[in-house]
Amino acid sequence: MKKLLLQGILQRPLTEKAPAADETALADLAETVNRAAKKRLGRSLAIRQVDAGSCNGCELEIHALGNAFYDLERFGLHFVASPRHADILLVTGPVTKNMQEALKRTYAAAPDPKWVIALGDCACTGGLFAGSYAVAGGIAETVPVDLHIRGCPPHPEKILQGLLALLERQQSL
Amino acid sequence: MTKHDHSTSRETPPAGIVSTETWESICRQMAEGQYNLLSLWGDDGFVRMAVWDIDANATHIVSLDCPDGTFPSVARHHLPALRQERTIRDLFGLAPLDAPDERPWLDHGKWGVRAPLGQKLPATAPAPYVFLPVEGESLHKIPVGPVHAGIIEPGHFRFTASGETVVRLEERLGYVHKGIEQLMAGADLSHAAKLAGRVSGDSAVACQLAFARAAENARGIEAPPRAHRLRALMAEMERIANHFGDIGAICNDAAFSLMLAHCGVLRERVLRAADACFGHRLMRDVIVPGGVAADIGAKEIDILRGLLEGLQKDFSRLVQLYDNTPSLLERTVGTGVLRSKLARQYAAGGYIGRASGRDFDARRMVNYPPYGDLQFEVPVRADGDVNARVWIRILEVRQSLALIGQLLDGLPEGGISAAVPSAPASGEGFALVEGFRGDIFVWLALGKDGHVRRCHLRDPSWFQWPLLEAVIEGNIVADFPLCNKSFNCSYSGHDL
Repeated sequence: MKKLLLQGILQRPLTEKAPAADETALADLAETVNRAAKKRLGRSLAIRQVDAGSCNGCELEIHALGNAFYDLERFGLHFVASPRHADILLVTGPVTKNMQEALKRTYAAAPDPKWVIALGDCACTGGLFAGSYAVAGGIAETVPVDLHIRGCPPHPEKILQGLLALLERQQSL
Repeated sequence: MTKHDHSTSRETPPAGIVSTETWESICRQMAEGQYNLLSLWGDDGFVRMAVWDIDANATHIVSLDCPDGTFPSVARHHLPALRQERTIRDLFGLAPLDAPDERPWLDHGKWGVRAPLGQKLPATAPAPYVFLPVEGESLHKIPVGPVHAGIIEPGHFRFTASGETVVRLEERLGYVHKGIEQLMAGADLSHAAKLAGRVSGDSAVACQLAFARAAENARGIEAPPRAHRLRALMAEMERIANHFGDIGAICNDAAFSLMLAHCGVLRERVLRAADACFGHRLMRDVIVPGGVAADIGAKEIDILRGLLEGLQKDFSRLVQLYDNTPSLLERTVGTGVLRSKLARQYAAGGYIGRASGRDFDARRMVNYPPYGDLQFEVPVRADGDVNARVWIRILEVRQSLALIGQLLDGLPEGGISAAVPSAPASGEGFALVEGFRGDIFVWLALGKDGHVRRCHLRDPSWFQWPLLEAVIEGNIVADFPLCNKSFNCSYSGHDL
């Protein structure tokens, strides 16, 4: 273990340069982030992830954000265990009818100001599952959405770009 | 009863209709351990059952006509069928007679319709779900989920604990039911293959492989040799990527985050190589009925060889780290023991079964191409605890790394796809393939228009989830994440 830890100190980190914030995401957010939010939250944002019916593909890529290459926490973004601690709800999946109530309750439990990010094609529109008897559609049909990140699943870099856009927008106010 | 010998049969397998007596006798033989239940599912007025014949190493599929909307309960004889039986009632409205559990399973009363794949009856007001009673002094209940604390899928766990010790765990699933089987019905093969790739995100390759093989079985075609090899290459890459993720996450749940950090790097390397070689990090939509949609050249082979070399070196250091950290082993050894008898009864697939002495791997037992031409071992242990499930994964990573090397060495020239005949034809087919989590079963019936009439896709989690309830009994609540992660069952694959 000592050897591994020592290497961790001596070697150059694997962490890569941050990508530029996503332009379309910035435009998406123009309306939703305001001065009051900036004042209250500062630079650090707490994210609560909610799987509202995904296939787990998006979760795998959200997990990847925590690895040494993307190192999400260096931007002040971190995942929290409760919606009560969250500034951002990062929601994946088409909303299944069996999860709709849980999503509404999670949204209600998160304190204001808060943002909702719909992550992945299914979260944006319902994806391939739209129209099923068991699916209520994209996230926006159940709770208001501030930012859409598309992809099946979106590349971790793309998720990072969207999250950075949120931070940047917030800081420029 | 129809018998399908996987190694020789390519013709359309007829799903034999049997009498109630034969049906019941198969159920009894299953309870006696002659057969393993592969799956139980509903169809238009039928229930169908696939069993694995242990002596003959073959799959049998039987069907029972249900003219009055009922069928004799399978779970009455063989409990592993219970949740699938409850699902058949939920989705098709076909009722199991004398079933040991009458409660709904996937239907939470929210769909606005009952029996959506059957008679489509108007919904009734949902009755509250009654958890099984637990009686005794000083017991308390801990409800968890469907929204969990981590970045994981939704499901509900109802713990009853006496102090720190779990007396009973009852799972309630179905939260991510998306109605995939209904969306499959009427879809053309390429659309249905896409849906199969979105059943369980971590098993996109294995599910699409199972679907493609079932479709090829139904249409009587065979993928070319190069496609078989590329498919296996992706399947093994998916296996190691998931095993790296699991080994790291299990150790992290024992508060040993160093392992998660290092395993996360290895996993990312595999996903990046997958992206570079196949155009998608999870290799989704590359396996299609007839073959594969993407080929690799010299550049990609170099990338994969470089990946192999790096992984072999770095992984062996991590294995040493695991094995030489007593504080970590203290948490994993002896925790969450799955008894071999239960593993056999439930025909638990994957690392769960193999860590508890069940020597079953579809790559070996079904021997679908190209595995017959490859050298590999199927590691099995008998201890059945969290540590054993970690070790099976470690040993499987080593086997898969060696397999990838063999696949790259022996990649034949030639086409990557066999044409699916343009003239539509009906037919039935099935496939059993080994995903990282265990054996995945797909049964497919095509209509006269060549579109999917009915597709049933059974994730290994169906027979693993119930075992988690048994494994946690007598362990402390704090060890649940460890047990759960060592199982890593799929919610989406189960809920469909």
